[in-house]
Amino acid sequence: MFSKDLVSPKKKSDDKEFENSVVREAESLLNNSAENLPANSVENTSTDSSENESSVPKIGLPIRASERLSESIAENSLPSGEIKLYTRNFNFYYESFEALKNVHIDIETNKVTALIGPSGCGKSTFLRSLNRMNDIILGTRVEGEVVIDGQEIYDKNVDVVDLRRRVGMVFQKSNPFPKSIFDNVAYGLRINGERNRSIITERVEQSLKDAALWDEVKDRLDKSALGLSGGQQQRLCIARALAVRPEVILMDEPASALDPIATQKIEELIFELKEEYTIVIVTHNMQQAARVSDFTAFFYLGKLVEFGATEAIFTNPKLKQTEDYVTGRFG
Amino acid sequence: MKWNQIKINQQLGFFIIRLSAILIICTLLFILYDIFSKGSGSISWEFLTDKPRMGMTKGGIWPAIVGTFWVSLVTIIFAVPIGMFTATYLNEYAKQGRMIRIIRLAIRNLSGVPSIVYGLFGFALFTLMLNLGLSVISSGLTLGLLTLPWTITASEEALKTVPMSYREGALALGATKWQTIRSNVLPYAVPGMLTGTILGLARAAGETAPILFTGVAFFWPILPKFPTLLGQQFMALPYHLFIMSTQHHEIVKVRPLAYGTALVLIVLIISMNSLAIWIRYRFRKKYKRV
Repeated sequence: MFSKDLVSPKKKSDDKEFENSVVREAESLLNNSAENLPANSVENTSTDSSENESSVPKIGLPIRASERLSESIAENSLPSGEIKLYTRNFNFYYESFEALKNVHIDIETNKVTALIGPSGCGKSTFLRSLNRMNDIILGTRVEGEVVIDGQEIYDKNVDVVDLRRRVGMVFQKSNPFPKSIFDNVAYGLRINGERNRSIITERVEQSLKDAALWDEVKDRLDKSALGLSGGQQQRLCIARALAVRPEVILMDEPASALDPIATQKIEELIFELKEEYTIVIVTHNMQQAARVSDFTAFFYLGKLVEFGATEAIFTNPKLKQTEDYVTGRFG
Repeated sequence: MKWNQIKINQQLGFFIIRLSAILIICTLLFILYDIFSKGSGSISWEFLTDKPRMGMTKGGIWPAIVGTFWVSLVTIIFAVPIGMFTATYLNEYAKQGRMIRIIRLAIRNLSGVPSIVYGLFGFALFTLMLNLGLSVISSGLTLGLLTLPWTITASEEALKTVPMSYREGALALGATKWQTIRSNVLPYAVPGMLTGTILGLARAAGETAPILFTGVAFFWPILPKFPTLLGQQFMALPYHLFIMSTQHHEIVKVRPLAYGTALVLIVLIISMNSLAIWIRYRFRKKYKRV
């Protein structure tokens, strides 16, 4: 399954090689496309690119090349609707180690964007940067722009607490608080100052229903949350995140610790949730990304290698690296 | 051949470990037996509730019990909040750098400072400089200083056992740092903090040297009402025991009384330790499935 030249992706020389191979691929692609570009697709792409000129993601290539590359990308491959959040030139450092390099990405509203890539490529780091959870880790540093709803979130006068309410997070290992089920879901409401008992009760019920957990726990809301099964606990964490009415939900491998049935339930839930929320999900599981997401971003060694509609990425990836990963040749 | 050697080594190791454990337990049992057998004869209602009479050769130790109680109370009020909040600050708020490491090192070292040094320090600071005189409050504060390093260390350990996921989960929902700590960290750390604190207090209750310079008296039968008692001298069990055993003019005659005092002191300390263990057991059961 492993192709020999990709066995130890940590070596710097391999990294260099990969970069070079990417550039070579891109050059060859645009050389071909520049000659064979049919007339109508030029028109399509020109109107597209004028609409979202500023938000067309550059895929880590020299600007000139990527602009032309975008002309040859099939329509609907990049986010064309309202963009909820985007990053530009985003770099992330753990002390002196550069974990994320120059990430450009657009996340479309009410769609599911999946971040895939091998272990250690920076996708969880990137996800956590979106709601500034990495602030609590010592020695981290950030450069570049992350803009949510038109507001740069790493700005000095941004209220981090409010940001985290608006951008909710579900962790990989479910972490219910050792309180009752009701108190778990009500937690977010209470810390935001809600005192009205009836509003809290109503919101808890609504959130548990949205998370497809209500029927299973409605008789034991006052029992400890630790008594639930793994899948139920994860849905509880989702309900807890939903209770504060976020706009974006970040999910860090939400189903990786669950059995297939529970995983299926979570995936169905994500499908329902995307009508009201913007979802960004990190997943190790390629098939899950293919099933659940509208857009997929492939990360490798801290760089965003390729980004586009899930269908395009999985059936017709532009770069060989991407193709190798999604077909399982490495990672 | 080699396997036999390994087995023998294992048996030898276990034997030595068991022997050490038995040695310790035997020592403890011996002490307890000695004190219980020689002291229980003196225990009577009169002994516990009366004040010393006839030059301490008769009567009871009630003032000493009360004195120990009041001093311990002052120690609790001083050491527990400061210890818990310091530990919370060090563990949750402070930026982990060189300065904090030095502070932690200093605190750990303070727990090893001899108690007589604390006594002299308390004398200089509370009795003389702050002009609190020889009093319950001076002694209580000095014993508080003695307990603080212990309390801080135990509280920090308790805070460390709270999983990071509780804090992250709360922060991710939009809680401020204080909200997170108050609702998701402290409630689960407090039992551990209490346990450590009570153990430290049990030690402080039995200390003689710190109270020696700061206010304990050999004979002080007056039991004034709160709060004036805070400014007065007092009697205390450890010091009373010391006097009865070594300084009295009729040592042999009052030996049974000394044993009685020792018995009361030991029972007091055992009950405090048992309370600490019970608290820990109760809360461990409650939050067991984490």
